[in-house]
Amino acid sequence: MRKEFSQWVEDYGRRESRLIFLTGDLGFMGLEKVRATLGPRFVNMGVCEQNMISVAAGLAQQGLHPLCYSIASFAVFRPYEQIRLDAALHRLPVKIVGNGGGYGYGIMGATHHALEDIAALSCLPNFACVIPLCNSDVAGAAEALFRHEGPGYLRLGLGLWPEELGALPDFRPIRRLVAARVAPPKLTIVGLGPVLLNVLPWIADEAKVDVFAVSQLPLIAVDDSFVRSVADSRQLLVIEEHVARGGMGEHVAAALVKEGVAFKMKHHHAVGYPNGRYGSQAYHQTQSGLDVGSLKKTVTQLLGSI
Amino acid sequence: MTQLLQIARKQCAERMLRLYRAANVGHIGSSLSCLEILVELCFSRMAPEDVLILSKGHAAGALYTALSLSGRMPEAELESFYHDGTLLAAHPPCSGAIAAIPFGTGSLGHGLGLACGIALSQQFTGKIFQVYVVLSDGDCNEGSTWEAALFAAHHRFSCLTVIVDLNGLQGIGRTDDILRLEPIVDKWRAFGFAVSTADDGNDFASITRAHDELRNAVGPRCIIARTVKGHGVSYMEDRMEWHYLPMNEEQYGLAQRETEVHGPGKKSGPIT
Repeated sequence: MRKEFSQWVEDYGRRESRLIFLTGDLGFMGLEKVRATLGPRFVNMGVCEQNMISVAAGLAQQGLHPLCYSIASFAVFRPYEQIRLDAALHRLPVKIVGNGGGYGYGIMGATHHALEDIAALSCLPNFACVIPLCNSDVAGAAEALFRHEGPGYLRLGLGLWPEELGALPDFRPIRRLVAARVAPPKLTIVGLGPVLLNVLPWIADEAKVDVFAVSQLPLIAVDDSFVRSVADSRQLLVIEEHVARGGMGEHVAAALVKEGVAFKMKHHHAVGYPNGRYGSQAYHQTQSGLDVGSLKKTVTQLLGSI
Repeated sequence: MTQLLQIARKQCAERMLRLYRAANVGHIGSSLSCLEILVELCFSRMAPEDVLILSKGHAAGALYTALSLSGRMPEAELESFYHDGTLLAAHPPCSGAIAAIPFGTGSLGHGLGLACGIALSQQFTGKIFQVYVVLSDGDCNEGSTWEAALFAAHHRFSCLTVIVDLNGLQGIGRTDDILRLEPIVDKWRAFGFAVSTADDGNDFASITRAHDELRNAVGPRCIIARTVKGHGVSYMEDRMEWHYLPMNEEQYGLAQRETEVHGPGKKSGPIT
């Protein structure tokens, strides 16, 4: 998604003179055009994530629109107190972009993975986490990030929308990607970010499954069609490349319970490093049961259980 | 000017001690340590558009009184100090509700980075003003402070002045015993700051001289103000416990009398 993000920043920077782009000394082979377009509004902060957020807060306090970029794990965890105090509690529109959410950096290892970022940020006051589904979703997600008046976080990953499913629906906090052809649905799937693409497009062959993407947390509102789907199917499969605690599954489950919906939930989520070994993003997805094979197996079980 | 500052200091000290006594709370020594630094800024040096960040947010009592009595903040707010529903808690508010306090502080190591952001903004907004940030010994322990120092020097922020309220005490002991900062002048200089020293950081003439020495400096400035924690109250001076303790009625009376008798900007001694 980095290419699409870079393109969006170039476009946004041309029409919004208050945009100031800060990077924690990352962006090789990705941000060169952004730097050329923004000129002095592109500031390399050095490897100083704490200072990057504080400086961004100072810029925002003066009416500017700072955007802080780094690898997701560095952008979130090192400067967490600065995010909480300097940005969130002051309601300042500091935007943070983390590249490689989840296991996105694969064999780079655990230091470069961000498995708890949404949990850590979505509980902060005034905060919005925006998670594009696929590469072509980045522009819509970035617009949503900047529409949000407070601080926010854009979690970038990597993935292509399967064109055989038609056009990607416009960005929304919750949106339906695949509609069951038989009413009522027998399974509702909800996913966060590109890992949801692991059920696409093959899930469309199942006539009894609704698929939704959650792309903004905390949830602003629960989409009516999503509530109806879960109420009808009574089975929810949650897919996210994030730990279970504080992840999208818990956000969604709490929202559904508040709506009075009764359902069973199966949760496929990041489990960390169960064997203590490292590999590609696909390797870690398999370890966590987030790969296509594991998801197919679960879908088959859930559909067979009705 | 020094005489006017001394009068202002006395008024601020009296009011501040009254507030601390009424609330029956601590951080008095920390506030007395930097009171002259803040009075000099608020009553003399700062233009209305200038920005002040107190990174050592625990000295909020000094900040609130100096801002209020210099007309930068509504004085009426002072009486709510520490009350339920106040904007003026033990550490400055994060709400942005008080224009003269752009940032809430209290966790050390944030002030200089925030000040750098405000300084950097001038390159894009075209607004020109001075940015002052007051640090403590403990602030200089924090890695984030030194990240910000690198950044300030790299960008040559001539609008930025750091004042280190260096009283030699921090959390639970002496700075020299816990995490030595000396040679601190060399450290700030090595980071790229123009540095001067206020050998008596509780004396207005010394503070003013330190500012004046840096008047023509290019790039960020740093004043090492060698101060005394609890300055002006004999039983508090250079005593770590007055970071924490509240005054009882007898101690409060003594503190007020010493403020009255010794006046501002002078080294106090015990009243007999």
